[in-house]
Amino acid sequence: MNTTTKGVVRGITANLLEIRPSGPVRQNEICYVSSDGASLMGEVIKIIGETAYVQIFDTTRGLSEGAEVTFTGERIEVTLGPGMLGKRYDGLQNDLEKFEGVFLQRGQQSAPLDDDSKWGFRPLAKAGDAVRAGDWLGELSENGLPHRVMVPFRWEGSFTVRDIVPEGTYGIHDTIARLEDEQGVVREVTMVQKWPAKQTLTVYREKHRPHKLMETGVRIFDTMYPMLEGGTGFIPGPFGCGKTVMQQALAKQADADVVIVAACGERANEVVEIFTEFPELKDSRTGRPLIDRTIIIANTSSMPVAAREASVYTAMSLAEFYRNMGLRVLLLADSTSRWAQALREMANRLEDLPGPDAFPMDLSATIAQFYSRAGTVTLHNGQQGAVTFIGTVSPAGGNFKEPVTESTRKAARCFYALNQRRADSKRYPAVDPLESYSKYLDYPEFAESLAQSVGSDWITNAKTLQNLLIRGKEAADQINILGDDGVSLENHIDFWRSELIDFVLLQQDAFDEIDQLAPLERQRRMSRLVLEICQMPIPFENYTEVRPYFSKVINTLRQMNYSRWESDEFNNYHQELSRILAEKATEMAV
Amino acid sequence: MEINPFAKRYHHLRDITRATCTLDAPGAHNEELAIVGGRLAQVVRVKGQSVTLQIFSGTEGLSNDAEVLFLGRYPDMPIGDQLLGRFLNAYAEPLDGLPPVEGQRISLGGPSANPVRRAQPFEPILTGLPGIDLNNTLVGGQKIPFFADPDQPYNEVMATVALRARADKIILGGMGLSYDDYLYYRDTFRQAGVLDRIVAFVNTTQDQPVERLLIPELALAAAEHFAITNNEKVLVLLTDMTLYADALSIVANRMDQIPSKDSMPGSLYSDLARIYEKSLQLPAGGGSITILAVTTLNQGDITHAIPDNTGYITEGQLFLRKDTDTGKIIIDPFRSLSRLKQLVIGKKTREDHPQIMNTAIRLYADAAEARSKKENGFDLTDYDVRAIRFARDYTEQILSIDVNLEMDAILDRLWRILAAHFTREEVSVKEQLIRKYWPD
Repeated sequence: MNTTTKGVVRGITANLLEIRPSGPVRQNEICYVSSDGASLMGEVIKIIGETAYVQIFDTTRGLSEGAEVTFTGERIEVTLGPGMLGKRYDGLQNDLEKFEGVFLQRGQQSAPLDDDSKWGFRPLAKAGDAVRAGDWLGELSENGLPHRVMVPFRWEGSFTVRDIVPEGTYGIHDTIARLEDEQGVVREVTMVQKWPAKQTLTVYREKHRPHKLMETGVRIFDTMYPMLEGGTGFIPGPFGCGKTVMQQALAKQADADVVIVAACGERANEVVEIFTEFPELKDSRTGRPLIDRTIIIANTSSMPVAAREASVYTAMSLAEFYRNMGLRVLLLADSTSRWAQALREMANRLEDLPGPDAFPMDLSATIAQFYSRAGTVTLHNGQQGAVTFIGTVSPAGGNFKEPVTESTRKAARCFYALNQRRADSKRYPAVDPLESYSKYLDYPEFAESLAQSVGSDWITNAKTLQNLLIRGKEAADQINILGDDGVSLENHIDFWRSELIDFVLLQQDAFDEIDQLAPLERQRRMSRLVLEICQMPIPFENYTEVRPYFSKVINTLRQMNYSRWESDEFNNYHQELSRILAEKATEMAV
Repeated sequence: MEINPFAKRYHHLRDITRATCTLDAPGAHNEELAIVGGRLAQVVRVKGQSVTLQIFSGTEGLSNDAEVLFLGRYPDMPIGDQLLGRFLNAYAEPLDGLPPVEGQRISLGGPSANPVRRAQPFEPILTGLPGIDLNNTLVGGQKIPFFADPDQPYNEVMATVALRARADKIILGGMGLSYDDYLYYRDTFRQAGVLDRIVAFVNTTQDQPVERLLIPELALAAAEHFAITNNEKVLVLLTDMTLYADALSIVANRMDQIPSKDSMPGSLYSDLARIYEKSLQLPAGGGSITILAVTTLNQGDITHAIPDNTGYITEGQLFLRKDTDTGKIIIDPFRSLSRLKQLVIGKKTREDHPQIMNTAIRLYADAAEARSKKENGFDLTDYDVRAIRFARDYTEQILSIDVNLEMDAILDRLWRILAAHFTREEVSVKEQLIRKYWPD
């Protein structure tokens, strides 16, 4: 390690410094620049001849030529250990709670973990066991989840456990095991290890195609365009179409062990909402406060841009860490466009030749590489873990033909397109049912897994619903072109069938206590009900009868959505629905 | 301006461009202020010994032997109650003929608030305009712009909102304000008798565009003083942010930056976010900063980089539009949005508020479809006709900016309008609300 390399600042342009180093430096190495008593952190992003270009994760006000620089020899690292759940970090994993005062101060840092915390540790390995990087040595309970203490991921080769502490309470920096490598060198393991954030953690046996549904309680996801554990998806949409509401619904409701929210260049009030509500809300599956399973990486829009770029990598590294404990992690990043913009700002200062819309040329590759860190894996011990990744994209002008949306589309398997017109008419969630897709609907292993859980008709139902929506759209187009009386009665019925699906299944009130979360069983029953109605032959004399009939049906089904599952209220509306349907059916008989 | 006798002086400018000059000045600090030939300037780039300064008032007539003094300090302003009632320029110097403001100086462009020290906004700001209070309820600590074409009365609407909002302090940041609009604000505040709680920082079209860049910093530093030191509710009015962004692009261009969309600098999002994110709500007992801004549009085009980036930063937008059917200026229910309204509607306002608001907008959308059907020459159904009639009443009695009503009266009025045109099934809200509020 070249820990002795120093340097001197030669040039300053906003947060890009030109530094003359005294010795060897490496690409992406972290350095500290002293300025007025503060120590500003920076990352080497380019080396040209005698000059290292460093982006500073802070403002450079007051810095002058000649300022001293110390290189660390390390890249951006995350600190991994127990106690991260429930924490609120900035993009560089500083614990925001530990900072004093209302305002963030320049150059300030804080420990990611609570250094004097103690945990009840239980060994899983024993003296003499052969182990390697990532193997579980012991476990402790972190907010009710099994937190595994692992052989540090960066240790290469195989080791023999020399000794391991017995069950008991230990501090995070206490030695809990000593391992001997093949050369007989003994190394100590604590509950804490470090990992370079931008490097993919591949300490596992193999990676699979995702196959298991990640239940979200949001109908347009689960019923129509399912997301799988270890899957990838993205939500692009113009502002005001409900991206953030949707992400928060996922953060609250998704069936995952750990949820990591990376607020990347977004509004501070949105993370404050999570800070305020998550300690109050209960996880319906475990009964614990939601905050207990959540980590928030808050690099909001007014925080330094360079740290925004780092924040998504920090979040991903934490996700991979918990995945390697055999847990199912959901990572949400809002918004990846802000991350791309951070890349653009830096490329611009470096005077790199610009690609489309002045984004760097390798944007597509950078995004694809990041999405590829998601997945479901089998660990060396045979256990499985998953990182599911869903990012939002904020396309400029709401136009999907822009570099970030286009690049992400190539990388992600699910596409949840938010549509301005749906949002304008308050049809929320404003996911466009025709443009969106989930490639997982075609995965045979997913079909197999569903057959064993919710039933084999789940996928066929989803596809039937999608076809009905397409027919409805075509009918609506016909009606718009030819007028209400210029089209067949069948067109009107097709249109209203799609409205029925829209109002009852696609639309969902994220702010209604009952409607916001629809468990799978409830989704199955409602979608079967809707499909039954869609397949019923209904005798209409005239197109003017179609709207009042469907309005009544839709209204009753919506009241069911708003009622507690299988409550008297719910059952009453169901009976009323049967009455409405039966009445119409008797008309046919007459 | 006070000058340190030990300040460093130089007399040779190597390069002069329209907005910047470059000279050899070892040891200059990044972002340090300097005086170049009597004009205020700031260090924007350091390269070895060579330093580039941005001159706020431009370089016209500047000689390459002009004296350069480095001030050893950063942009700052005097702070305190003596600001109240004052109209100042982009350097916090008097515009109103009164003596300069004295007081402790604080530096501008301070760091952002630690998110964990913020509180969740909780207090509705009622304006009497149903287009805002019903459909786009404002909340203390929010940041929200008016999106409006230049011909719309956005300054009037903003002044109305500011005066009705019951803030402890109102801070006006005028950027590229026409002199007429400056006088309008001054006279409106004077007539309303609120000068004792107002501070105004104004850059008019007569001033240099680059000077505008200082206005939001001044306004927000003053706002932070009142909100954080005095625990007050502060409302900041920024008009017009489009002209602010134009000034950013001028500077970026002169710094040879590669422009991104619409010739705007690639950092536009971060530059705007730094301003808007100064809005905040402190925990109980503390103050708040609410930002109301104006972003003028070109023929309603919100896909331009300025409104587009703004929309992703602010917590919604209020869209002014002229309704061709009734001739009224309305707050457009489709394009307008207050993201924070969910925190207060149905909680701090009546329980029926959320559902009835959404339903009315959905039905208004039906009316828009019916109208386009009509325009295409198709026969209208009975429902279409009723929807169009509803839209007319809704526009005139709810959306128009000339309505002034208390919150409950707005909700009662809306139920009456809905019941006049639709059946209960068509309205389709929770039955318990229908039972309670449907007018018979």
